[in-house]
Amino acid sequence: MNVISTHIGQPVSRIDGVAKVTGQAKYAAEPHPPGMLYGVVVNSPIARGRIETIHDAEARQIPGVIEIMTHLNRPHAALFEKSYMDGLGVPGAPYRPLHDGEIHFNGQPVAVVFAETFEAAREAAMLVRVDYERWPHNANFEVALHQKYMPSKTRSNYVPPKPRGDAAAAYALSAVKTEGRYHLAPEHHNPMEMHATTVIVEDDGTFTVWDKTQGPQAVQAYLASALSLSKDQVRVRNPYVGGAFGSGLRAVYNVFLATLAAKMLKRAVRVTLTRPQMFTHAFRPEAVMDIALGASRDGTLQSMIVKGVTDTSRFEHNMENIVIWGLINYRCPNATADYKVAPRDTYTSSDMRAPGAATGVNLLEMAIDEMAYACGMDPLAFRLHNYSDIDAMHDMPLTSKALRDAMAQGAQHFGWHDRSMIPGSMRDGRELVGWGMATGIWDAMFSPTSARARLGQDGRLHIATAASDIGTGTYTILAQTAAEAFGMPLDRIDIELGDSALPECPTEGGSWTAASAGAAVWLACHSLRTKLFAALARCKNAPSWARQDSVKLEGGALHGMNENAQDSLSLSDALSLTGQDVLEAEETAKPGLRGKISQMRKARFTHSAVFCEVRVDPELGTVRVTRLVNAVAAGRIMNPKTAASQIRGAMVMATGMALHEDSLMDERVGQFMNHNFAEYHIPAHADIPDMDVLFVNEHDDEVSPLGVKGVGEIGMCGTAAAIANAIFHATGRRERNLPITLGA
Amino acid sequence: MTHVSVAVPCRLQINGQGYAADLPPSVTLLDLLRERLGLIGTKKGCDHGQCGACTVLVDGKRVKSCLILAVSIPDAAVMTIEGISQNGRLHPMQQAFIDTDAFQCGYCTPGQIMSAIALLEEGHIHSRAEIREFMSGNLCRCGAYNGIIDAIERIVAQQRGNHAGEAA
Repeated sequence: MNVISTHIGQPVSRIDGVAKVTGQAKYAAEPHPPGMLYGVVVNSPIARGRIETIHDAEARQIPGVIEIMTHLNRPHAALFEKSYMDGLGVPGAPYRPLHDGEIHFNGQPVAVVFAETFEAAREAAMLVRVDYERWPHNANFEVALHQKYMPSKTRSNYVPPKPRGDAAAAYALSAVKTEGRYHLAPEHHNPMEMHATTVIVEDDGTFTVWDKTQGPQAVQAYLASALSLSKDQVRVRNPYVGGAFGSGLRAVYNVFLATLAAKMLKRAVRVTLTRPQMFTHAFRPEAVMDIALGASRDGTLQSMIVKGVTDTSRFEHNMENIVIWGLINYRCPNATADYKVAPRDTYTSSDMRAPGAATGVNLLEMAIDEMAYACGMDPLAFRLHNYSDIDAMHDMPLTSKALRDAMAQGAQHFGWHDRSMIPGSMRDGRELVGWGMATGIWDAMFSPTSARARLGQDGRLHIATAASDIGTGTYTILAQTAAEAFGMPLDRIDIELGDSALPECPTEGGSWTAASAGAAVWLACHSLRTKLFAALARCKNAPSWARQDSVKLEGGALHGMNENAQDSLSLSDALSLTGQDVLEAEETAKPGLRGKISQMRKARFTHSAVFCEVRVDPELGTVRVTRLVNAVAAGRIMNPKTAASQIRGAMVMATGMALHEDSLMDERVGQFMNHNFAEYHIPAHADIPDMDVLFVNEHDDEVSPLGVKGVGEIGMCGTAAAIANAIFHATGRRERNLPITLGA
Repeated sequence: MTHVSVAVPCRLQINGQGYAADLPPSVTLLDLLRERLGLIGTKKGCDHGQCGACTVLVDGKRVKSCLILAVSIPDAAVMTIEGISQNGRLHPMQQAFIDTDAFQCGYCTPGQIMSAIALLEEGHIHSRAEIREFMSGNLCRCGAYNGIIDAIERIVAQQRGNHAGEAA
């Protein structure tokens, strides 16, 4: 589509801004239906075993307690694991909350106390005592590595590594070799809003479920299936989501338990997790990567051997694409990779911002830096020397790759060329200064999405799709898209998202929403324009100029052209003339035949070049990130203001990955023990410098209908490596474990 | 007797309105605001005083409302995000947050804004580094930190401009 931009591409402030700064935006735990009960979950303190007895008599004595729901007294829920499968496509047997007395992981819900006040439910939950038969478990990652395996059925989005050449022989013959084991600690998403569900029981007995999720339609389908309800008995709403970063891709146990309880008690209920309970579900898997690189003396990569393992639970086989990125992004004649998963007795690891790439790209980019130094080459020059213009793993051309421009512009902006090569050679006063860089890569995805555009008597354009705005700016960019496509001022557009009853939209994630929902809104608005013009053309009492082809829709009104340039008609008047109360159009954006062929013939990615400055105190070893520059090639940028925020936000999270975030396992009980913000450190204001984001020009008509690639994940990819590489440059010490902490 | 069956008198001024009721002593100021008064603008992010999402002003000072029992501050004046805009007009700090894109999901935002308003009174605003240090009790997982500092600096600059105007 050829888009002339007056709205798309403008740095518009968020249209949901007023709702958010005034505290009026309503999140999952915030509707307050009459008679609502508060639910507090009791979790298992053991990792494997069986519930013997639940002692709840004392808890039931607390005034206000209405019910304590356990596997013994819960109402009917689906029996078979198949019914608990969700859209994420993780193979295995999904966890079934309160299914029976067997304990599969520490933190598994064993009871939910429902009371008339939050305080009563909380107090009673502390009084529930459970006797367990304890079984052996393993929560140690090193032990799990000995049991690593390749699942017989792979996750739907898994990309098998494709070897080329003879990597082992080329490695043996390489003049320069590096080899090492790289490690990433498990991380928890920790959105600021804790997972929560409020269930309203409607007069007709149906359930309106306010849930913190990235996919209202996915949760609707899950609840219908797992609770043996029909889809029209459940409506899921999530108009505002207080962050998620992947933690809301799968239905979290609170939504199942709250809806099950509403079914049991026939009353409105709310279940909110505590911050410690936010460490009892999804997390980014722990990972090791063994990376061996071989190069000739001139810095030409000759061999790449990548072996990676991530952890999963004992009951599901979660998989990530961690080993493929170097094979795709570097020209290297011989390359091979191998991937396995390692089982532990925990909940299943899950997708967290840039799943696979955040781990695989960052660890590989640390190894690339080592190889650049082994060859005595500037790390940026080394990457340019081994640059690939194609997807080197699939030997497939790309729709676009403006990474060279990103490297050049990022380096220029950062002042990279003033860098001295020797580690430890740059100082400012007593502090060591280090400059590091890395490149990033992430998929540019597009998935079928529907949207509806409706023109009402009030002359406003109403757009609806079941997308979720988890802070990504979706409300705003869809309004910009509609404004552009329909010829309407932004302030006369209403965007409705976050409701399973709206036109179909895939779960938000993977940076595909802007490209996909944007295209759907574009189509729906064009279709509505066509309908309006056609209706007017048929309309005998419409002015003659408005019934012709030479009419345009601009600034929210119809205007004549040429000799009728003075004539205009408001949209509400136009609608009245057609005799209809509303005009609406619904369209689905999907790749189509040409798009499908293009997807088979060309690969599609976003790219970035990240530059970082750190200062290290030589006596204390403390690290401060003092500058970050990220140059991003992501096709068309819908809104540079919100897009830059997306990149900066991911860079903050990547700073946490590089320096702070580490979910520590207490192996004796199988529990992540630092389960709060005092002990699980995420970056605070004082940790984060001013960050500069550059978007390089990248025109790409093939990647998606609007030329959009998406920007939600790319900021994660490369940033942690740039920080680690800067630490090497400051200190001369190679740290191969993330996060790099004082104890390292 | 359990904690929840006791009721203790609670008297507060909330956004200029008198409030009086008998409450169990275990009700935090945060839960009073959110669950009993419908003032959902104050957010719960950890319930342990570690994240700052629940920041409100008590007698003009910023506090974490999850760490205060509602009955423990008799006659205190509580100001929440709902109380800072007047006659539907945004507080300048709210507008600055929108202009500088100082939030994404919006969940930590009311706490950041209340904290920022108190910070101006405290005067810890002499440099970006100082603002960062004194805003570090308010976590933002979306990573809108740069925008938040920009917003605060804008208001600081506006105030300096106003003072300069007054002096002239």
